[in-house]
Amino acid sequence: MQIYLPIAEVSVNAFLLLGLGGIVGVLSGMFGVGGGFLMTPLLFFIGIPPAVAVATEANQIVASSFSGVLAHLRRRTVDLRMGTVLLIGGLIGAALGVVIFNYLKALGQVDLLVKLCYVVFLGIVGSLMFVESLNAIRRSKRPGAAPKRKKHNWIHALPFKMKFRVSGLYISVIPPIVVGITVGILAAIMGVGGGFIMVPAMIYLLGMPTKVVVGTSLFQIIFVTAFTTLLHATTNFTVDIVLAVLLLLGGVIGAQIGTQIGVKMKAEQLRILLAIMVLAVCGKLAFDLLVMPSELYSIGFEGH
Amino acid sequence: MLRLALAFLLLATPVSAEEVVLGLSQDEVAITATFDGDDILIFGAVKREKPIPDGDPLEVIVTVAGPSEPLTVRRKDKRVGIWVNVDAVEIDAAPSFYAVASTAPLSDVLSNTEDLRHKITINRAIRFVGVPEQITDSGKFTEALIRIRKEAELYQTLESNVDLAQQTLFRTQIDMPANLVEGAYKTRIFLTRGGRVISTYERMIEVRKVGLERWLYNMAHDTPLLYGLMSLAIAIAAGWGASAAFRAIRG
Repeated sequence: MQIYLPIAEVSVNAFLLLGLGGIVGVLSGMFGVGGGFLMTPLLFFIGIPPAVAVATEANQIVASSFSGVLAHLRRRTVDLRMGTVLLIGGLIGAALGVVIFNYLKALGQVDLLVKLCYVVFLGIVGSLMFVESLNAIRRSKRPGAAPKRKKHNWIHALPFKMKFRVSGLYISVIPPIVVGITVGILAAIMGVGGGFIMVPAMIYLLGMPTKVVVGTSLFQIIFVTAFTTLLHATTNFTVDIVLAVLLLLGGVIGAQIGTQIGVKMKAEQLRILLAIMVLAVCGKLAFDLLVMPSELYSIGFEGH
Repeated sequence: MLRLALAFLLLATPVSAEEVVLGLSQDEVAITATFDGDDILIFGAVKREKPIPDGDPLEVIVTVAGPSEPLTVRRKDKRVGIWVNVDAVEIDAAPSFYAVASTAPLSDVLSNTEDLRHKITINRAIRFVGVPEQITDSGKFTEALIRIRKEAELYQTLESNVDLAQQTLFRTQIDMPANLVEGAYKTRIFLTRGGRVISTYERMIEVRKVGLERWLYNMAHDTPLLYGLMSLAIAIAAGWGASAAFRAIRG
């Protein structure tokens, strides 16, 4: 069934959008990523104008993250305190990111920068996670070799310590705030919630347990993307509510299914799957940059 | 429609020997939520006071043009191993939709000078002035624009698509794709003999969003904050709804 989108001004198949929303929703519930890094390129591909895709995507992530976070709240796998600290950093970072983004836009070539950002960060995050979780799986298969305990390092020497009971951590608030700001900046530049950077940062930098990471990441993504949605709606008028509703109907259902799958899987398996997915998207983007495109020309609208 | 046609016949004062009396299957295209493109039937008759002249046969050209907009066409090139946008040509005005239908191949029914004067072929309908100095092949940019839009069926050259009966009655059908932009679509009819335009006629077709589409579009532009909050409310409600529904299903 074809549906005409009032803001995007294109006609698309409604079931295709429901399906896309569903798939990304499953990933969102499983891994605690908003799925923006996956959905935005997919929307470009089916012919949604980039500005509309990025803005509407943010709104859809609010829905699937909210659906996912409710499931995690019931399971008590959300560290609200840690989430709030990260969120404070995240909002500061997002504001900084918008400033940087506008500066780069004035210089031109912002599209290229966004793509390079994607390739570099997806590549680093993906390969680190892949190697680490592969090692973890190997360790767990060899009985007797006890997993390494968390080491005390310089992070534990920082002041302003706070107790994060759900995560079982007693650390300074400085690292989470810094992580929040960094992710916020990248999220604003790349136009995503930043879950795929946030999740590994929480696991490897802050040492949070994987089970808590997903819910906590979703919790802070809700606020960051809600903020982004309002910003896009009021400044660019590019949020397409019809597109959003179709995506989020699939998305919220997918998120519930994804959460169920996530609970049944081992943490290492979950991480290795996320790593493979991140690397796949990275590979596709790198391929597009390196291989001669079939159409060298593109049409851009002025004032967009 | 017949009465309207008669009214035209009575009111029109003859300027040239042959004139167009036009009918449209619809002069408004309504974009609804399930809009999936539309066909417009353009038909009419040639009115003349004298018998059909001898010599070159009468030919008919029909054009439909969507609202024009400025564009930038960019070209990628390889720099340090990766493909990036390098050159850009700004186009002052390019129609968002353009269809040109004719009774025979355009090169046969229209001379170059007449095309230049009336801007009938797609190439002429696109206007651009300033081209950066370092770009010597600006023609390739317009070619690319036309190629990309033809693939999207936004630009159409429909040669021999106009039926003309007894040099008097003509009809053609223009298929408009689903990806239409709102606005006034200018419909022009040209009568030619031996490549020379002997009569022209113009009429507007309004393409408008209606119903829910209209309402949402207006809201997004008139009260953006409210619209943004509404989008968020729907998102939150849907997220909560799915969560509650799944809890109910699983007991």
